[in-house]
This record gives sequence, structure tokens and C-alpha cells, in this order.
Amino acid sequence: MSLVLLAVAVWIGAWAFNGWLANGRFSGFASVHLAVPLIFGATVIVVWELIVRGLAVPQVILPPPSTIVGAFFDNFGILWPDFVQTFAKGALGGYAIGCGAALLTAILVDRYDFLRRGLLPVGNFMAALPIVGTAPILVMWFGFDWQSKAAVVVVMVFFPMLVNTVAGLRDTSAMQRDLMRTYGAGYWQTLFKLRFPAALPFIFNGLKIATTLALIGAIVAEFFGSPTRGLGFRISTSVGALALDVVWAVIVVAALTGTAFYGAVAWLERRMTFWHPSQRK
Amino acid sequence: MKALGPILAVVAAIIALWYAAAVPMNIAEVLTQAERAGAVVEPEGAMNRRDVSRFVLVLRNTEHLAESWSMERARLPAPHQIAKELWVSTWDEEVNGRRGIVKSGSLSNRSLIYHGSITLSATIVGFLIGSGLGILLAVGIVHSKTMDMSVMPWAIVSQTIPIVALAPMIIVVLYSIGVEGLLPKAVISAYLSFFPVVVGMVKGLRSPDAMQTDLLRTYSASKPQAFWMLRLPASVPYLFASLKIGIAASLVGAIVGELPVQRGGLGARMLGGSYYGQTEQLWAALLFAAALAAILVWLIGWIEAKTLRRMGVTP
Repeated sequence: MSLVLLAVAVWIGAWAFNGWLANGRFSGFASVHLAVPLIFGATVIVVWELIVRGLAVPQVILPPPSTIVGAFFDNFGILWPDFVQTFAKGALGGYAIGCGAALLTAILVDRYDFLRRGLLPVGNFMAALPIVGTAPILVMWFGFDWQSKAAVVVVMVFFPMLVNTVAGLRDTSAMQRDLMRTYGAGYWQTLFKLRFPAALPFIFNGLKIATTLALIGAIVAEFFGSPTRGLGFRISTSVGALALDVVWAVIVVAALTGTAFYGAVAWLERRMTFWHPSQRK
Repeated sequence: MKALGPILAVVAAIIALWYAAAVPMNIAEVLTQAERAGAVVEPEGAMNRRDVSRFVLVLRNTEHLAESWSMERARLPAPHQIAKELWVSTWDEEVNGRRGIVKSGSLSNRSLIYHGSITLSATIVGFLIGSGLGILLAVGIVHSKTMDMSVMPWAIVSQTIPIVALAPMIIVVLYSIGVEGLLPKAVISAYLSFFPVVVGMVKGLRSPDAMQTDLLRTYSASKPQAFWMLRLPASVPYLFASLKIGIAASLVGAIVGELPVQRGGLGARMLGGSYYGQTEQLWAALLFAAALAAILVWLIGWIEAKTLRRMGVTP
């Protein structure tokens, strides 16, 4: 019981400290903006640990964070092949193929107005559908290995990417296009020197949305059948064996992967679209 | 109506492509079946055909091609087969079936309407919980600087995490403490719709510019007045945009939540279809889920249009 009281005390204390930081005279500092969420995250983990230990919550319901960290390092040898299988093969492969195909289709769609008016509403419609449901079909077609996961990812990322790229390719003003024409630039020159760079903020928006979708697709597709490795496979078998500390360790891997993947694309965006108003400091 | 032409053309092209793709996809099984029925097939014997490309098989057996659109348990069923399965497992099963609602008084457990209603109820309950909590958290974030600085970065980071990976665990853990049925799926749906709503709603509540907030200050409006009269109305367009994302995510959550425990629902129907190779059933469930998603998103769009018109945002 004392641990639970300690948890309440930690919560109140940390919240008050954060309140003092956020509303006090240091609130403008960049370091405070970094510290406050970190303190909050640390508080949540400490309170979780204390409450789980204080109330003696069984392992099969909620393991404490220390056990999860332990499981992460104990099972590192199996988590690494899982990560390679799901992320490096399934998610990244599908991401590259899907985004590349969407980019090429977008150029085609942009060129022919008929296609734009026909394909874009269909694409918008498809982007809202539960496409992850195609996973069982694609697993049936492409087998249990990473190819089927990549196929699910391709289908998932294609339409959001297409819609964003087409919107981006239209984001030049008549003045800019006229200027290119006065320079005597052809279609391809205008595309590569004006419209494609102008579309980059939109393309990166699509790429960022697609990072999360790619991981979701790769993990959920493994619930429908996979070889004996992969993050989704590990989750479903460990849940079946009630090894919840391993499940949480896998979720930690998935969360870190998702954030790092998104961060990498966002970093690339900052490097490539430094000229755009939204990226200026 | 001018806009409809290109859309119909694209849809027709997709269906035509589908029929065309069904031929090479199903050719191996079609030839095996035809050979068993006594037809002459080139080359003979399933073993000899195994290493031959599907397209070569198509070119050398042109007289058997039509059968690939009427195969049972085809690798890729033709659109009309799926349409028939949709009809059989919705209207036909309920009206004419022994277990249908007309003859037995309750929905048949073999009909998509039954499974769809299970998924839909979990989706709606989860969506209402998730978006309600999301709106409350957003209001808290806008009004408390501490909450804003502590919680908001995590809400944004959480959007980069495949939260759906938590689904099997939530189901099993809640099952082990005695909670089953609709609630575990609703929890997953709520979880998936929660964060998009928080992020969108915070953006919306912050959308009034300095000019507008200054005006309210010159009226000496109190904080609650500023909230009810400026921030909340200004947030409505943002709210609806994130509600549309939220309900689509909720549906995905409910479907994925039905995978571990096979107690009905569209997700269970899909997994069952993939286990037993019932591809028509699988495709019908998928299309039914797609239609459900489209209707839900359309419904929110309709409410949005009505609300915005009532508020005077759009004429």
C-alpha cells in the first residue's frame, strides 16, 4: 500500500514541478520545452512501476516497466531477427515500391486531366477504407514470407501518397509556369525544375503519413500468417503464451522503429525543403 | 454530373482489369479441373504444368479461359461472383435462409449483416468514447500550459507508433480478467480514434488568430465565454476533419480486435475465409467492411455539412 501512496506522491510532486517549470519564468527556454515532456514520461513510468508492484498486479495483466526492459535485453537475440523481417524486409520494401509506384502514377495522373478527375476521387475514397483487410488475400497470394507483407504495405501506402503527390504537382502558380514557358522549357524540364521541387512539401507529407501505415500494414499482415519470425508473429504467439513482458518489449521495438522511421523522413524533409516557409526557423 | 463520367470510366477500367487478371490468376486450378473432367489440356498433367508460366498456360489453352470466371474458391474470384456472394450472404440469407431474420426472428450468424452489426457496434461505441475523451483532453491542453507542455509532445509522437500492435494484447488481457464481447474491441477502437482527435481538436481550438482573441478581450469576455463563443465554434471544421480519420481508424481497430477471439464480426469472417480458402466469403467481407467505412465517413461528412450550414460557415 505504501508503494501506491508513494506513486500518488510522485505524481503530484512531478505535476507540481512541471507546472512550476511551464508557468514560471523559465518557460521560454528551449531546454524546459524538452524537459517537461521527458519528466512527464518518466513520471508515468515510475507511477506505473510503483502501482503494479504496490497492488501486486499479476504479470499476465500488466508487467512493470523494469520487467519489460529486462525482457527487451533478454530477448534481444530474437527481437533483432523479428525487426529485420518486419521492418527491413516487409515494411521498407513495400514502402519503397508503394511510394515509388504512387509517384510515377501521380505524374501520369497529373498529365492527363481525365485521369485526374477519374482516379483522384477513387483514390480519396480508397484512402479512407480499411485496406488492411486485404492482408489475408495478399498472404494467400504471395505466401507467408515478407513478400506478402510488402504487398500489403504497397496497397496501404499507395493511395495516400498518390493523393498528396497529385495535389503537390498542382501547387504552382500560373505566373511560375508562364515564366518557364518564356524560358522555352518543355514539359519534362518544367516538371523537374519547377513543379517537382514545388511539390516536395506535399510529397513529404505523404511520405510521413506512409511511414506509420507501412509499419501497421507489415505488423497486421503477420497476424494472418508468417514464418516463425517477425514483430506481428512475436506479438500473437507471445500473447498466446501469456508472456506479456515479451509482448511489451516487441511494442517498445515497434514504437521506437515507428518514431525513428518518421524522424528520418522528417529529417530528410528538412534537408530537402529548407526553402519552404514551414521549415524556416 | 460532368464529374461522374471520368469516375465511372476509371471504375469500369478497374473492373475490366479485374476480369482480365482473374484469367492468369486462376488458370492453373481451372486446367486441373478441366483435365479431371476429361478435357484435353496442353501440357498434360498438373506436374508438368507447375513450372510453366501462367501466361503461357493462358495462351496455350484459350478454350478453357471462360471457366476461370466461374471457379469455386478461386484465387481471385471474378467481380460477379463476389457480388453474388454479397447478395447470398446478406439479403438471401436473411430473407430466405432457415436461420434468417424472417424465419427465425433473429439475424443469421452466417450473414454479413449479423457480422457487420457486431463490428459496427464496437466501432461506434469505441469511436464515441475515443473522440469524447480526445475532445476533453484537447480542452485541457488548450487551457493548461502544464498539460500542453507535458502531454502534447507525446500525443504527437504516438501518431508515429503502430498502436494497432497493442490490439491482440488488449483483447487477451481483458479476456483474462473477465471482460469480453463488445468492450475490448471498443477499447481498441477508442484508442485508435483518440490521438487523431486530440491533435486535430487542439489545432482547431488554437485556430482563432490574435485579432479575434484581442477583440474578445476588448469586450472583456471571460475565459469560459471566449471558449464557448470563439474557440469551440472555430474548432468545428478541424474537429470534423479529424473525426473522419478517427472513425476510419476505429473501424480498423474493431476489425483487428476481432482476429484473436473468433466470436463473430467482419474480422473473424475474414480470418475464417482465409483459413478455409473461402475466397468469395473473404472478398465479400472485405467489400462489406469497405462499404461500412465509406458510409460512416460519408455520414460524418453529411453531419459536418449540416452543422457548418447551421453555424453559417458555409452558405
